[in-house]
Amino acid sequence: MKELSLNILDIAQNSVKARATCVKIEITEDADTLAFAITDNGCGMEKDFLANVTNPFTTTRKTRRVGLGLPFLKMEAEMTGGSFEITSKSEKEYEDHGTRVFASFNKNSIDFIPLGDIVDTICTLIHGSEDIDFEFSHKTEEKEITLSTAEMREMLGEDIPLSSPEVLAWVRDYLTELY
Amino acid sequence: MKTLAELSAIRDRMKNKIAVREGSNETRIVVGMATCGIAAGARPVLNAFVEELEKSGLAGEVSVSQTGCIGMCRFEPIVEVMRAGEEKTTYVKMTPEKAREVFEKHIKGGKIVTEYTKAEGLN
Repeated sequence: MKELSLNILDIAQNSVKARATCVKIEITEDADTLAFAITDNGCGMEKDFLANVTNPFTTTRKTRRVGLGLPFLKMEAEMTGGSFEITSKSEKEYEDHGTRVFASFNKNSIDFIPLGDIVDTICTLIHGSEDIDFEFSHKTEEKEITLSTAEMREMLGEDIPLSSPEVLAWVRDYLTELY
Repeated sequence: MKTLAELSAIRDRMKNKIAVREGSNETRIVVGMATCGIAAGARPVLNAFVEELEKSGLAGEVSVSQTGCIGMCRFEPIVEVMRAGEEKTTYVKMTPEKAREVFEKHIKGGKIVTEYTKAEGLN
């Protein structure tokens, strides 16, 4: 991937497929490190699947037997000297089921991929899954940017879908201004 | 300064429009957004369509949606256009610029941009 924000989009789509109703995307940054965590309350994974989930030949897709989303992210993080972590609780075993993917990157590494257009990623996620609550936060040393679609829904009421072009245009302008 | 409160203004503005919108989407634009599509550049393509749709005010007749892997990863970003009374058109190797052109010529103008379709793109 050319931007880490594309990895975030890719991984968050897994949460959507896992039937999550709430997906949290948290980015934290200081001078040397960028880290993000994507946490959902979806169906989770069982131990056997989880153990092999960063293997490219593990996938849920039906069109072929290769899945590259998590392996890409793990490689990109480790290349910079950062770390990758995935934990999950399957709905078959736990009440509080869900999955958390965490990756951290050393920003000074030559292999560090820039975050890129995170606003575009958030707009894409809201567009694709209007019924899911997304909680986004990006904390740097100077500021913290947040967006909660649950709060947006309160202002919008029940009848206006979050995926309406007018609402998405507002999201884009709102976040762009904060950055 | 943009505020959350503006959303209630959007709500009031859209209230009357939204009832008309439902179920009347005659044209559907579908963008492949699996790992393959995203890596090939599908995200800006999708958002170009969403922006053009917002500008055009055609949200009642046209919808933009996302789908998973269409199964031809080497042709990503792939965009499918379904219009009433027309066979499905598959555009391959799309860019935001091509997307804006397709919106103008095909979605608004009704003329397929054949040079970006699958049959042509295969060569």
